[in-house]
Amino acid sequence: MQMIKGRAYKFGDGINTDVIYPGRYLSITTDREEMAKHCFETVYPEFLKTARAGDIIVGGKNFGCGSSREQAATCLKYFGIGAVVAESFARIFYRNAINLGLPVLVAPGVTRVVDHGDDIEIDLDRGMVKNTRTNETVESTRLPSFILEIINDGGLIKHLRKKLGLSNK
Amino acid sequence: MVLGSGSQNKHPMGKNQMTIAEKILAKASGNDTVKPREIVTAQIDVAMSHENADVVLRAFREIGIEKVWDAERIVLLFDHRIPAESEKTAATHQRIRMFVKEQGIKHFYDLNEGICHQVLPENGHSRPGDVLVGTDSHTTTHGAFGTFATGIGATEMAGVWATGELWFMVPESMRIKISGDFNKHVSAKDLILSIVGKLGAAGADYKAIEFSGETISNMSIASRMVLTNLSMEMGAKVAFVVPDKKTVDYVRSRTNQPFSTLLPDQDAEYVEDLDINVNDLESMVACPHSVDNVKPVAEVAGMRIDQALIGSCTNGRLEDLASAAEILDGKQVSPGVRLLVIPASRRVYLEAVRKGYVEVFIRSGALVLNPGCGPCLGAHQGLMAPGEVCISTTNRNFKGRMGSSEAFVFLASPATVAQSAIAGEITAPN
Repeated sequence: MQMIKGRAYKFGDGINTDVIYPGRYLSITTDREEMAKHCFETVYPEFLKTARAGDIIVGGKNFGCGSSREQAATCLKYFGIGAVVAESFARIFYRNAINLGLPVLVAPGVTRVVDHGDDIEIDLDRGMVKNTRTNETVESTRLPSFILEIINDGGLIKHLRKKLGLSNK
Repeated sequence: MVLGSGSQNKHPMGKNQMTIAEKILAKASGNDTVKPREIVTAQIDVAMSHENADVVLRAFREIGIEKVWDAERIVLLFDHRIPAESEKTAATHQRIRMFVKEQGIKHFYDLNEGICHQVLPENGHSRPGDVLVGTDSHTTTHGAFGTFATGIGATEMAGVWATGELWFMVPESMRIKISGDFNKHVSAKDLILSIVGKLGAAGADYKAIEFSGETISNMSIASRMVLTNLSMEMGAKVAFVVPDKKTVDYVRSRTNQPFSTLLPDQDAEYVEDLDINVNDLESMVACPHSVDNVKPVAEVAGMRIDQALIGSCTNGRLEDLASAAEILDGKQVSPGVRLLVIPASRRVYLEAVRKGYVEVFIRSGALVLNPGCGPCLGAHQGLMAPGEVCISTTNRNFKGRMGSSEAFVFLASPATVAQSAIAGEITAPN
């Protein structure tokens, strides 16, 4: 059973990828630690001061809409974000996160039962998000098994290496 | 009606009637039929990247395969930051050029040609019935040619370079039929802004859109591309203009590659049907800071502006420049306003020079910049200071998108932007 625990860092609806990772840093293409230093920098600069590694981002509707920039998922992963749970996701961000091995869960109602700063638990296998302060839970859409496999393998690169018979040391 | 060449449409009678999205994914996945929500693995016909090929490249190296799956199906070019605005970008360009040589990538346009969503169609890479993926969200644009075209991330593209295939969930389809005639100076941009305003930024999430109807039949290829380009801003996975003779003529004149002009079956199933008449449509504008915050221009008329921008993968084509030049001819840009004009491609630029539009722009006081994405994505060439206002023909007005997070970006048609540049404030063309 896979559990992810962390403190909720909450956002509203329509958080787009320009907000998550500003366009001015798109020239950073390979240094992932450097990308992590610019999460939400332009519009929510307090994130970099108050968020911690291990936090779980709780988003509203259409999280990650806009540009296909993978840096938006990469910066969160290398910042140390444990997972992103949202009312709904835009499709490219959703796929990018999976491919990087960053768990993403669609959990309708999550913004209703989780407040900023609450400790939450995610049960990936059962598709459940629990607020451990209030004990309230919401169901999340369960990921298809082949997507879970990509996440469990640590992302698409390691997953493909496994499929292609290359070692993953 | 028989369109194009290559394999003809199979119309299974009675059952298994399919939309365009379903037909293309069935073909690409080797199935007779597919249904919405089914997950299929599709063979990729064209894989496009720009500067972010640098991110793809790193992931590709990490997969550990030496050669790409097909050096003739990968198309690479630079458009987001050209010429290089920094040493970092120069190094990115350099690494990609080396990769192109190393792999023998056949279709590489460097920084000479312009924006990917114009250059690929111009060179016959956007074909009906194909699956085209690009590491750019506005890849939906190519659906104007009946292509299943969508944006993907860099790591996923590395997987495509390695294997030539990708999984898709078959999208549900919605149909938007357009009828009527546009008023003078009202165009495809006003239409699609009004649709985005109605449906919302998530109104077509994960879905396929099919545009059809008499207005679409009469529309130029460039105008059709405006519709499929901005469909992304409603979350659409793909957007199509149902291909017709105009589509086939355009593509056929640019490539010898075979293609299948797949059309929707008569009784295909749609989750939503919209009928829109444009007879009474007026000039529209998307207000800060979201693309679905759409109002008639008249409601925000009088808002003073600092910058006006005509260009981008949405509205940097010849007809867009023509529409702006018609309004700017013999006029002056208002003192204190910076008008930037950025042709979408070298070919568009050359035609605009030949037709005298560029002279009109220069005489009016505009800055004409090299073809490319310009300041749209906030990288360079005309970023905004705090408190400044820009009216732009681009496709995104998110907070902080074009420079300062305290700047304001309004999205409108080339005619509205040109008229506003003259007035110094947001003004509808008339």
